[in-house]
Amino acid sequence: MFRNLALSTLTALALSTGGAIAAGGAGHVTDYDFSFEGPFGTYDQNQLQRGLQIYTEVCAACHGLQFVPIRTLGDENGPGLPEEQVRAYAEFFEIYDPAIEDWRPATPNDHFPGSNLETAPDLSLMAKARAGFHGPAGLALNPLFRGIGGAEYIASLLVYYTGEEVEQAGTILYENETFEGGLISMAPPLWDGAVEFNDGSPNDVVSMSQDVAAFLMWTAEPKMMERKQMGFVSVILLTILSVLLYLTNKRIWAPVKHRTRSDTPAE
Amino acid sequence: MSGIPHDHYEPKSNGEKWLHRRLPIVSLMYDTLMIPTPKNLNWMWIWGIVLVFCLVMQIITGVVLVMHYTPHVDMAFASVEHIMRNVNGGWALRYIHQNGASLFFIAVYMHIFRGLYYGSYKAPREITWIIGMLIYLLMMATAFMGYVLPWGQMSFWGATVITGLFGAIPFVGDAIQTWLLGGPAVDNATLNRFLSLHYLLPFVILGLVIVHVWAFHTTGNNNPTGVEVRRTSRKEADADTLPFWPYFVIKDLFALAVILIGFFAVVGFMPNFLGHPDNYIEANPMITPAHIVPEWYFLPFYAVLRAFDGDVWVVIAASFLTGGIVNAAFFGVIAMFGAIVVLALVPWLDTSSVRSGRYRPMFKWFFWIFILNFFLLMWVGARPAEGIYPYIALVGSAYWFAYFLLILPILGVIEKPLPQPETIEEDFNAHYGPEAQGGTSAPVSNPAE
Repeated sequence: MFRNLALSTLTALALSTGGAIAAGGAGHVTDYDFSFEGPFGTYDQNQLQRGLQIYTEVCAACHGLQFVPIRTLGDENGPGLPEEQVRAYAEFFEIYDPAIEDWRPATPNDHFPGSNLETAPDLSLMAKARAGFHGPAGLALNPLFRGIGGAEYIASLLVYYTGEEVEQAGTILYENETFEGGLISMAPPLWDGAVEFNDGSPNDVVSMSQDVAAFLMWTAEPKMMERKQMGFVSVILLTILSVLLYLTNKRIWAPVKHRTRSDTPAE
Repeated sequence: MSGIPHDHYEPKSNGEKWLHRRLPIVSLMYDTLMIPTPKNLNWMWIWGIVLVFCLVMQIITGVVLVMHYTPHVDMAFASVEHIMRNVNGGWALRYIHQNGASLFFIAVYMHIFRGLYYGSYKAPREITWIIGMLIYLLMMATAFMGYVLPWGQMSFWGATVITGLFGAIPFVGDAIQTWLLGGPAVDNATLNRFLSLHYLLPFVILGLVIVHVWAFHTTGNNNPTGVEVRRTSRKEADADTLPFWPYFVIKDLFALAVILIGFFAVVGFMPNFLGHPDNYIEANPMITPAHIVPEWYFLPFYAVLRAFDGDVWVVIAASFLTGGIVNAAFFGVIAMFGAIVVLALVPWLDTSSVRSGRYRPMFKWFFWIFILNFFLLMWVGARPAEGIYPYIALVGSAYWFAYFLLILPILGVIEKPLPQPETIEEDFNAHYGPEAQGGTSAPVSNPAE
């Protein structure tokens, strides 16, 4: 009967996690396929590089990535840019250096700059700070089986502009089916062909939205591939350990559990 | 220890005798490790080891994490990201520590429910139970303060809501809240003292764990039958018990390894599932999150806290009788802490002379409803406080209190218990001996395995 308790605890844990309950919008989120989903999922290096290009040419105009060191663009499990490209990319940004009390070109050891626009949130952790999937009814089954869905949320947000504009208190707001409340102050940032890729990859809004969402998943969780590897190694080693301990336990208890057969004389 | 006759450590070599005369530490370790343990313990008796493991794991990962963490409102969030990105293996330490809290609470709830079902809190084990409850309270305090340290939105607003509970105390509440926070609101002073206490309390817990173990090593373990180990002769004691090492150590380690498979799968593949996305947004005192939700392990009590709003008749009555001193906010706080107090007082609220729920036909039903109700409260604690949810929370809270204050006292009087086995040996043989004494009083439930 306590086995049931163990099961029901695990289920209830799954059911009651806060992760799925609040946060993020109630809007429409499409469950795009990403290469990094599931225990075997990995980042697609080409996609991360395309996402970086979109971020640089479009998003960086307003948004920042203040927690991301530029050198990590060279990470093998990230975009994997060659060292000289990383250095060249860093010089692209001007940053303020308090040591020399002046602006200077960034180096790979610097972080990406923060947001240029006060109202534009920093994007470093956005893919972990939003949930695409909730419920049903607070039971967290969707996040359990489909993932929390931060990247899906970002991609959907970029895709599901309706094209309607509303003026409120002198500000133009844009109707968006994903954003909570339906009105977002960010103008639709992408349009078909907004970015040209060297390798001729598709540059329609839907493809680019997924590329930049994947890139932002990487900025939020740069160690994901190491983490999954650790997961596999520890699960496999612990499984072996469990089997050994199971056999040891069985062996130790065997004489005790059958003592009545051998030790006790017929009663 | 434990008054159960068993082997004691005998120093043999001269070196051992020399040490033993000066410090009987080997003897203490030997007696602790070889303590006679009822041999019919089932798999619900493994959570103690899991809990010790969790405590040690959290202390070790925590000590390393704090080497890289900066307790300052302007730098705390960034320092956690520094740990996640720049510190070697920092992401692993941080995710293990973060999810380790959840494993800790799963284990402690299983441990508490096992105690409730098998009557482990009954005489002579009340002190063990009370120490356990103190540990549980300190765990909650530690976990809460640890959750504030990353300085995300949920950290900040959770701290604001929870410390606000103390502000609901009449007359002195505001002063207490200001004293706790070190200022008028959650700020740098709060963050610093929370880090200090988050580092201190685990060691207090460690001390209490030693007392907890000492207490039940003095009384001996309870077991699934609730029948005491026979202490009259060595032969009878040996028939009821086995030494903790190796029988239970290996069994517990096996269970721990299996549990850790699940734990590391969560850490490796879904480390943020149990967390809240809002905590990846840096704390901002100007923006309140739409729903402030505590971590899952606090939800049942959070549901009790929110259940008693100003529309509930008990609250209205209490407010009327006290001239408004006990208002809805204060009533909720009393209810929440009261829910833990009644749990701690269960040794004196349960009037049944039978320990184990296995032989209590009526108790069983109420116990399982209690467990379901716990999960119901957990679920409703995370729902918005609107529509039907406050009513569900109210019903769940009412059952929580009724279970301890009405059902357990009354059941002990009206319930007719089933026959219990005479001895632990009899129970054990009923399951494992080919010549089991079937028929008479052997229980048919499924204890070990």
